[in-house]
Amino acid sequence: MTLVEIRGARKRFGEVVAVDGVDLEVAPGEVVGLLGANGAGKTTLIRLILGLLRPTAGTVRLFGEPPSRHTRARLGYVPQALGLYEDLTVAENLAFSAGAFGAAPGRLDGALEAARGELVAELPLGLRRRVAFAAALAHRPDLLVLDEPTSGVDPLGRARLWETIWEAAAGGAGVLVSTHFMSEAEQCDRLVVMAAGRVVAAGGAAEIVGDASTVEVTAERWEAAFTALDRAGLPAALVGRRLRVPDADPRQVGAALDAAGVKAAVRAVPATLEETFVVLSGDGGEPGAAAPDRAGVA
Amino acid sequence: MSGYGVSDLRVRYGGQLAVDGVSFTVQRGTVTALVGGDGAGKSSVLRALAGAVRPAGGGVRRPDAHRIGYMAAGEAVYRDLTVDENLAFSASAYGVRGAEAARRAAELLRRTGLQDAGGRLGGQLSGGMRHKLALAMALLHEPQLLVLDEPTTGVDPVSRAELWRLIAAAAAAGAAVVLATCYVDEAERAASVVVLSEGRPLLEGSPEEVVARMPGVVVDSAVRLDPVTSWRRGARWRTWAADGTVPAGAARAEPDLEDAVIVAELARPRRAGEVAA
Repeated sequence: MTLVEIRGARKRFGEVVAVDGVDLEVAPGEVVGLLGANGAGKTTLIRLILGLLRPTAGTVRLFGEPPSRHTRARLGYVPQALGLYEDLTVAENLAFSAGAFGAAPGRLDGALEAARGELVAELPLGLRRRVAFAAALAHRPDLLVLDEPTSGVDPLGRARLWETIWEAAAGGAGVLVSTHFMSEAEQCDRLVVMAAGRVVAAGGAAEIVGDASTVEVTAERWEAAFTALDRAGLPAALVGRRLRVPDADPRQVGAALDAAGVKAAVRAVPATLEETFVVLSGDGGEPGAAAPDRAGVA
Repeated sequence: MSGYGVSDLRVRYGGQLAVDGVSFTVQRGTVTALVGGDGAGKSSVLRALAGAVRPAGGGVRRPDAHRIGYMAAGEAVYRDLTVDENLAFSASAYGVRGAEAARRAAELLRRTGLQDAGGRLGGQLSGGMRHKLALAMALLHEPQLLVLDEPTTGVDPVSRAELWRLIAAAAAAGAAVVLATCYVDEAERAASVVVLSEGRPLLEGSPEEVVARMPGVVVDSAVRLDPVTSWRRGARWRTWAADGTVPAGAARAEPDLEDAVIVAELARPRRAGEVAA
């Protein structure tokens, strides 16, 4: 059975349509990444799934029924701000949240066990994130919703958190993860990309990138090439000492460099997921305004 | 000499050594990334480099204070001042006056896409806009050394691309840029990286050098091969084989910077009583 089934969901706040005809499914055992710039509608969509908002139109079904207190009991949620009680210890936090679900407190392993008597406020962020995961998983939820679960964590710590995510998926839970980092997105089975309230791309990372290309510029003096491209209205990204101009025409890039007298090798290379995402976000909304102030609605 | 940086830097808060023996040089016109998680010592290194804390030991090479641009972590703008007032405040703090201050502010507003937001309060901006304003404030006086503490944390990829464009423009104009990040994705864009863990240097060099110097090999497998030296990579597992032999059931993987950073953390000598991650 599909855990999350969203059909044509629309959510309007006054004049603003934050979610505009979204379809989304999460099946047991799969890890789905939710990507979108600020204002794309991710947070509103998550609130619809949590049952905190009702759609203006369309349907949201969790475990085959509309979101309710009953579905909440089968759901684990780790918000960006973690949702822990900072003035309680690790063990108290876990006992308290497990108690709310009538479950036994979450299992403590390694570093968490060593910190069980410490106040959450005094723990490093990496450990706090692990406590939040343990709290969300204690009642063995069928669906796990994670909002930017690993920000502030070093790479090994992030890999350890992902072990927990995949372990939950291997146990049959469905996982929906929102993230701003593509290395994290690439860890998911499947991605859903939102822009301006709509789903603008879905599938595996390679599918989403497809045959999108980027123009790579290798110049002896990257600074001169960067300045020339900037003046020509071709915004370039610096990567090491090379430049990348997403979604551009190599001939146009070459011409801009020639006109400025900058010697450089120019070639089309496959785009990265991040570059593709930024281009998709620009297409979905107004270019350069993908993150306007829509705080509070999305 | 052409570079700024720190050598054998130590920073102490009370009895706690937050930074212990960190060295790096950042050349004018390049970007250096400090990589590490929360508590790795990134902010302390940057504060010492910017002159905001006094080192307990070691050396710091930096230009005069008015030639340094510093952006603190966490959307460091005045929320009860407008965008224009934030920039004007920064201009006066750095001694940029009159027509020059106005010209720089206008240019930065245009480049950050904030030109229509000049009258809005800092507190009313979105997170991405606040990060751009904070960066603009650090850039206003065209610093020779630009020190940025997690300039893109919490920022979406669209705003992140815009922030990086400003950072690259500053480097193209000759600034030495040092920035902190907890994401290896970002560090891969820098000319050189310094990876910190527990206040100590773990790795240093260009991303390519750091990967090339990784000891042993990294292998890919469908199942976990080792309780300590295996980690998740999507649905698959990666394992570090320190002696370079590929275990049965695994295939050698082409390591990237993320692998190299994880391997360095696994290989790091543990302190007494420290629990393995």
